[in-house]
Amino acid sequence: MSDIRKMLAETVNRLLADIVTTEMLVDAEQGIWPKELWQAVEENGLTMPLVSSDNGGVGCTWLDAMVVMHGAGHYSAPIPLAETILATWLLDQAGIQPPMGPLSIASGSESQALQFHQESDTWHVSGVAKRVPWGGQVEQIVVTGMSEGKLRVGLVKQGNFGVENSQNMAREPRDTLTFDNALVSMTGIANGLPENAVSVYGSLLRSIQIGGALERTLSESVLYANDRTQFGKPIGKFQAVQQNLAQLADEVAAVGAASTAACAAIDLAFSSKEEVDSLFRIAAAKARASEAAGKASSIAHQAHGAFGFTYEHILHFSTRRLWSWRAEYGSGDFWAEMLGRRVVEIGADQLWVHLTATD
Amino acid sequence: MQTFSFDPVEMPPAAATLREEAREFLKEHNASRKPLDRAQSWSGADPEFSRKMGAQGWIGMVWPKKYGGQERTSFERYVMLEEMLVAGAPVGAHWIADRQSGPLLLNFGTEEQRQKYLPPVTRGEMFYCIGMSEPDSGSDLASVRTKATKVDGGYLINGRKIWTSNADKAHTMIALFRTRTNEQNRHDGLSQFVVDLRDSNGNDLKEKNGIFVRPISSMLGEKHFNEVTFEDAFLPDTALVGSEHNGWSQVMAELAFERSGPERYLSSIQLVIQMIKALKDSPSPQGYTAIGRLVAHLVTLRQMSVSVAGKLNAGEDPALEGSIVKDLGAIFEQEIPTIAQQIFSVEPTLGDGSDLEQVLGFLIQNSVSYSLRGGTREILRGIIARGLGLR
Ligand SMILES: Cc1cc2nc3c(=O)[nH]c(=O)nc-3n(C[C@H](O)[C@H](O)[C@H](O)COP(=O)(O)OP(=O)(O)OC[C@H]3O[C@@H](n4cnc5c(N)ncnc54)[C@H](O)[C@@H]3O)c2cc1C
Repeated sequence: MSDIRKMLAETVNRLLADIVTTEMLVDAEQGIWPKELWQAVEENGLTMPLVSSDNGGVGCTWLDAMVVMHGAGHYSAPIPLAETILATWLLDQAGIQPPMGPLSIASGSESQALQFHQESDTWHVSGVAKRVPWGGQVEQIVVTGMSEGKLRVGLVKQGNFGVENSQNMAREPRDTLTFDNALVSMTGIANGLPENAVSVYGSLLRSIQIGGALERTLSESVLYANDRTQFGKPIGKFQAVQQNLAQLADEVAAVGAASTAACAAIDLAFSSKEEVDSLFRIAAAKARASEAAGKASSIAHQAHGAFGFTYEHILHFSTRRLWSWRAEYGSGDFWAEMLGRRVVEIGADQLWVHLTATD
Repeated sequence: MQTFSFDPVEMPPAAATLREEAREFLKEHNASRKPLDRAQSWSGADPEFSRKMGAQGWIGMVWPKKYGGQERTSFERYVMLEEMLVAGAPVGAHWIADRQSGPLLLNFGTEEQRQKYLPPVTRGEMFYCIGMSEPDSGSDLASVRTKATKVDGGYLINGRKIWTSNADKAHTMIALFRTRTNEQNRHDGLSQFVVDLRDSNGNDLKEKNGIFVRPISSMLGEKHFNEVTFEDAFLPDTALVGSEHNGWSQVMAELAFERSGPERYLSSIQLVIQMIKALKDSPSPQGYTAIGRLVAHLVTLRQMSVSVAGKLNAGEDPALEGSIVKDLGAIFEQEIPTIAQQIFSVEPTLGDGSDLEQVLGFLIQNSVSYSLRGGTREILRGIIARGLGLR
């Protein structure tokens, strides 16, 4: 691991382990914004690792930033930390210096993209964006849309759009935002990013967070299995339980590796002169992570018995996120189908060449 | 809880160069191989092909030059294995020596043993088999009973090995025998030996030395593995590998090399290739989704396997990670035939019909063994559970 990655991992895990209590998670589900948590991650420089030095950042790689998002997933951090990392990166890619404070991202749907338009020297955006994470709570929203064949990235302040509150199954805010000629305070073009950048990179955020949450379900399950005694011994001594938890570990390991492959490919795509198909690996990561989320959640709940089915036990904070996240920014099957089409396009004889081209 | 890690790895530039060389070589020497034959993966053996690889310096390529090796990095070897497996090249003859017997002798063998047994391997002229399992000792390997009784100048071997892949063709066996009984500790008293089965000209030495090989047909009708009986077979003292009675820890070190290589997830890759071809001809959304999902697993497993290679290269002991790769790899290899039948209405066949049907027919059957050989699924999960702190 690079030094910066180690440092980021150490910081995020120490902070979140300390601050994200069950109480905070319960409060957040009632819509209470965990101010001290946000302050802590911001003060410790965890909110914009991907921003280049040109725009006041430190220019970490995706592999580095991954450990922060992974930590956010592991501890179920009830703040848009991963979203802010992506939002600030999108701004950076468009040559805009990102503001402080929590951000989220919105792009409309595939069929109904957000529309930018210019009036004299100000930019405006219109359209509806559904299920925007913390859309009603963040200070500003990063919006994307196409303009002249390129991806336009803009910043819109809270108050300039309508908000209809909703939540995902984990009670994280997922709001519908209505932009009606909303004023865009800053905007630029992100060359090199695709039209569906929010969905592509959003899916990667979720894959990484799923990896973190899975890791938590594993450590909770092992803890519980070594603690809970039935038939005179810890249930973790029963081979049937061991075999299940080994499979849970398999899934945790696989998801971490899949996201790592995706982040490494993005880093390569941005540092290499050659064409790198990072989308291939991003799609693979979401397909793999979504599959693991279901399998691993059921193993973890099975090991936890009825205690794990209570609101009081913390397991569901992870598993409800897993079930929600696997569907967000494209389900596993959505990305698998896309990947399958790409594979056929590449062709059976060239698949391996394609896979090894990023070494 | 012990944590496992699958850190990203950067391959050295030499690996990419070698990959290109391997692809050129395969174009010349493997292009005409039929898909069904390719599907045999690393159990497909062709001594002639092994000799050609030996001539390239591609067997034992990480070993010291003085034993015929090339002192390449383990990444270069890894890349070579990948290319051979994906091409379905017949690498089975030298596979075991390259993967585990050679490294074993390098670690524990005497100088004399290394001089005698390694250079011919690198030339693709000496093939190995592994005599560990016995009729009553499968997963519970420490219960091995075939006895090596100390006599003047050597040992007398009595007992029976089973499932010994390639014993009929191999020149050399690395065998695990019991040299003493210790009621308190079953792991004590096991020893490894190098057994000559053929001389350097390939002449059979077995029967005159009290070693009898009986091929066992697999359910596919192939004679891949064998039963090997020892009747007062004499082995000189110089046949002992490593220290007497200490074979168990040597075997454990040897098996660690066995678990995370590309052969642990690529055994059904020929069917994936046939499926992609078939999907191109008859596309369907379900087909795309199924193939995409399989490729997502493929990408992931490769990332994991390469990462473990990185750990091995750095001298770490990735026992837990290796077991995870092998467990997931076998699940992957085994689900591919079922998925192929779900998305294409094809019947598995034996050597006739389309390439897809033939490869399917072979792999449906053969893949059941992928979660047995090299440590069963249950044993691997036991290792993982131990790593998690449950045992
Ligand atoms: C194709 C092939 C090639 C092989 N080649 C070789 C070779 O070259 N040399 C060699 O020495 N061996 C070889 N083997 C043997 C292989 O190592 C054994 O098959 C393996 O170790 C399992 O032993 P077994 O078949 O006796 O099964 P068993 O050990 O009898 O196991 C049967 C079932 O019981 C389960 N089981 C056993 N013990 C436990 C436990 N403690 N907890 C839970 N479940 C358990 C197993 O997981 C398995 O599902 C080969 C096997 C195959 C299939």
